[in-house]
Formats: sequence, structure tokens, C-alpha cells
Amino acid sequence: MTLWWIGDAVLLLVILPVVVYLLRGVLEAARSIVPTVNEIATTAAAGSKDLDAGALLLTTEQQVKDTVAGVANYGGSLDVIVDDAEQR
Amino acid sequence: MSGAAVVMIIAVVLIVLGLVFFLVSTIVELRKVADGLDEVIAGVGQIVEKSAPVNGIVNSINEQLDAGVDLLEGLLVKKAGLSDAMGLIDSVYPGAAAAGLRNFPESTQVDAPRIGEVYTKGTLTLARLGREAPIAAASPAGEVLRNVEGGSLAARQLYPSVRHTRPENLPRSPVIGTDAPVQYEQRDDIGAPRKRRPT
Repeated sequence: MTLWWIGDAVLLLVILPVVVYLLRGVLEAARSIVPTVNEIATTAAAGSKDLDAGALLLTTEQQVKDTVAGVANYGGSLDVIVDDAEQR
Repeated sequence: MSGAAVVMIIAVVLIVLGLVFFLVSTIVELRKVADGLDEVIAGVGQIVEKSAPVNGIVNSINEQLDAGVDLLEGLLVKKAGLSDAMGLIDSVYPGAAAAGLRNFPESTQVDAPRIGEVYTKGTLTLARLGREAPIAAASPAGEVLRNVEGGSLAARQLYPSVRHTRPENLPRSPVIGTDAPVQYEQRDDIGAPRKRRPT
């Protein structure tokens, strides 16, 4: 009968607090993840929105091509008009 | 049933209740985490989708710009010579000559002449245009040199235009047509058969 009471005491005074302590730690850890994940989701959405202007790179690319083509035309004309340094 | 057994059962029930409470709470929190991660995955997926073509486009732009730089550097060095080219660059962008030209590593070793202090930009451009430019006929020691009080006037005086003298009135262009203030009578002999001399 004494062993029964010792077992009860161990259950109530040792095992139960240890179980509660450990499970509470797991719960707090899980709760601390939630706001972090929400912030990451907000940041990812904002980053995705910032990349909306990425489509304009196609326009930039075309304008760069046109500009370089214009510069090449000017360069070709200048190459014909202006004497080379070695000829002067 | 003894009192010890009842206490044992109560203790076990308490432990089980504690397990259920905390584990269910943990499950709820983990569900929230999973929902948040779903949103994260959606956002990251959009980022990946939108940024996928960026690399290729930027590389294409860089290739185009590289070609433009190669063209302009080569043309400048070909036409002006490496030394004058570095002087020109340094005159337009002070200090830029120290960086040198990308395709001409030896350009960093060139002692760039201080072209910007000797010639005006317009004069320099005209001088580079070759033999047919009016400035090329003049001596560099004369009016071509920069006049700090009127730098561009020295270049403009090389042209026959009188506008740089700031006259009060410039000659007007003649007005022609039926509404012209001066009307001339039409001569009858214009367009008529030439008179023949008597033989």
C-alpha cells in the first residue's frame, strides 16, 4: 500500500509537472512560429508586388537595342566622315 | 478500491487531460503555421515566376550595352588616337580617364592631355571633323584657343554670319508673289521670239 502512495506522489509531483512543462514548451515554440510565418508571407507578397515592374524590362531591352542601333548608325557615319587619327 | 488506487486513477486522468490540452493546442498552432506557409509558397511562387525572365533580359541588355561601349570606345580611339581620346574623356568627365577604357588596358597608362582647358567643346568638335571644317584651316595658336571671356565667340567668328556681331537689323528676306509690296510689270519681250537682225 505504501508503494501505491509513493507511485501516486511520483505521478502527481514529478511526472505530471514534467509533462506539462515539456508540452507547454512545445506549444510556446509552435505559437512563436506563427507571427514569423505571417511576416514572411507578407514580405513574400510585397516582394512579388515589387517584381510587377519586371515586365517593363522587356521595354527597356527594346529601347536599349534601338539606342545601340542608333549609336551604331551614328558611329558608322562618323567613321566615314572623320579622318582616322593615323591619317592626320 | 483503495484510496491509493483512486488517487492513481485521478493522476493518470490529469496527465491524459494535460496531454490532450497541450497537444490539441499545438496542433491548432501548427495548422496556423501550415496556412501561413501556404501563403508564403504562393508569394514565393509568384516571385519565381516573375523573376524567371529577368536574368535573360538583363543579360541581353548587358550584351547590347557592351556592344555599344565597344563601338564607341573603338571609334573614339580610332578617330582621336588613344592619347587624345583619354584627354577628351577627361575633359568631359573630369577624372574619368583614370579608369581607362575597357578594351584598351593601356589607356590607364596614358598621360591624358588637358584638352578641355585648351579648346572649347565646339572648336574641338569642328577640329575633329577634318579638312573641310572651317576651323581646320585656322591656326591652333590663333583664335582657336579658348578665350575665357568669350569662349564660343572665337569659334563663331570663323563663320561668315554676322549674327554674332549683334546688329540692330538683319537684311529682310524679299517678299515675292501677287501680295508682294513691290510689284514689277511683266516685260513683253520675255518669252517672245528673239528679234532677228536684218541681213
